[in-house]
Amino acid sequence: MNVVFWKELADHFSSRRFMILLALIVLIGLWATYASGQAIRQDTESAPTQYAFLFLLTSGTGTVFSLATFLGFFGPLVGITLGFDSISGEYARGTLSRVLSQPIYRDSLINGKFFAGLTTVAILWGSILLLVIGLGITLLGFPPNAEELWRMLIFTAVGIFYVGFWLALAMLFSLLFQKTVTAALASMAVWLFMTLFVVIISQGVAGIVVPDPTTPEQLARRADVENIVSRISPSTLFSESVSILLNPAARVFGLALQSQAEGILPTPLELGQSLNLIWPHITTLFGLVAICFGISYIIFMRAEIRA
Amino acid sequence: MSTVVETQNLTKRYHDKLAVNALNLTINEGEIFGFLGPNGAGKTTTILMLLGLTEATSGRASVCGFDPTHESLEVKRRVGYLPENPGFYEDMSADENLLYMARLNRIPDDEARRRTSEVLDQVGLSEDGRRLVREFSRGMKQRLGIAEVLVKKPRAVILDEPTLGIDPDGAIRILELIKDLNRERNLTVMLSSHQLQQVQEICSRVGIIVKGRLIVQGRMDELGRAILKERQWNFLLEVGAGANSLESDLRAINGIDEIEKRGQGFFLRCTRDVRPELASLLARKNLPLLQLRSEDPTLEEIYLKYFREA
Repeated sequence: MNVVFWKELADHFSSRRFMILLALIVLIGLWATYASGQAIRQDTESAPTQYAFLFLLTSGTGTVFSLATFLGFFGPLVGITLGFDSISGEYARGTLSRVLSQPIYRDSLINGKFFAGLTTVAILWGSILLLVIGLGITLLGFPPNAEELWRMLIFTAVGIFYVGFWLALAMLFSLLFQKTVTAALASMAVWLFMTLFVVIISQGVAGIVVPDPTTPEQLARRADVENIVSRISPSTLFSESVSILLNPAARVFGLALQSQAEGILPTPLELGQSLNLIWPHITTLFGLVAICFGISYIIFMRAEIRA
Repeated sequence: MSTVVETQNLTKRYHDKLAVNALNLTINEGEIFGFLGPNGAGKTTTILMLLGLTEATSGRASVCGFDPTHESLEVKRRVGYLPENPGFYEDMSADENLLYMARLNRIPDDEARRRTSEVLDQVGLSEDGRRLVREFSRGMKQRLGIAEVLVKKPRAVILDEPTLGIDPDGAIRILELIKDLNRERNLTVMLSSHQLQQVQEICSRVGIIVKGRLIVQGRMDELGRAILKERQWNFLLEVGAGANSLESDLRAINGIDEIEKRGQGFFLRCTRDVRPELASLLARKNLPLLQLRSEDPTLEEIYLKYFREA
């Protein structure tokens, strides 16, 4: 597996595709951070003092998305780009049967490819975060504290699972369709569905379950249903966990009734408490990755390799 | 002489189509075995089963003493496989492609480098090692494929249509290379093809597969005898002049079965060697002899006969 892993990693890093992605993400990431950094400098009152750095990642200005939103949107694209031709490309070049007629286990090929992709994602994500921290120190004038660093680290881990899901999905499609273009299009279709249509569908389902909300309870219930349905999408799982993780003040998803909010002290949550809120999200994300990869694994192990 | 490949009733079924039907094949150490058949006869499917790249529906195979389905790693360690239309990583140089394969075979790096330059030299690509594969012609890629198969120092190699799509000169060079390797390294070669004349030259034994069934296997001359039965003596006789007057004299010679007029001479199917009689006949009649050639049944005749029967 090591041999395949290092070769794939080298391939990723030397590919033009990766260069373009890197340039795109670094540019937009820096721009987003710079914009929100400037906003914080101009309006120091509204920024929370204990976690100004996290605020830098999550607060968007009127015209520019926040870095977290932006990564949530482009993460899938990275995963798909790294995965959509992993198997189908080898088929198309006629290299698959040659590689698999060498004395290696079949799973070392697919494992090597997957973990090389995941490592690429980790390096990409890590370097962007480091860049942002550097820029943030320049803009804000002080370094992040330990709590913020921990939160960013976990944010990175969640992000890797999130992109890992799209990588695994793209690999699955590249195995199922054997044609690179089909695999790319199918992955894109799922991505669009998960980011755009899930919102529409969840609103629709909520409208059916709670047709005419009049009381606050009904309104809250409708929002709940909407949340639950939209959680079939990994994008929702990611954005919800990021909203909790990077905002210590947040303690609920969606709406809370006034009666529920009564008596809550507006203090930031500890890291452990925030994590408690998003454990289900992280586990589900991890599970989705495992399921996707598992299916590819099973198919690949039994597939006939014809050049 | 030990057996390298042996199959017993090897069968592969795709849905309701039998791709390979109860195949019994034996390939001995050190021979070049020609696995012949028209397109879609089941050659590639058989090869894939021998390497464990696809599972047999039923039957048993043994390659170098190992079962390809359950011990495919042991098989792949000993057998090199060159697929039909081999593909390479086009953005990598020939060297790098070979080194990658060597690493997959767990050959230490310095040893791998040594072997890489050795095999490139052997296939005549020593000058092109640093070039990107995308610049290679088809014939060069094919030779690179053979080089790559050799990197692991295999006991046997399986070559799927090694001359497909290559110009006649290039094809001859590849076949000569295969023959040299067989002689120098005592390498067992299994070679699939549908191009009979080319392969005939170098195969010590052939098997012919049509519609998934192996209809015949054996040494070239055995096959010829089996088909043409007792008529294994065929001669082409050409004379300078007076060919027409010769026919009745030829009929008188005991042992000539059929006489067929061909241009300046005759094609004779005989039951025994009639060359001494022919020579003395011509001398008696004082006719100039242009050529007297023994014509063995070609593989093509054998092949066509079996194709029609199947």
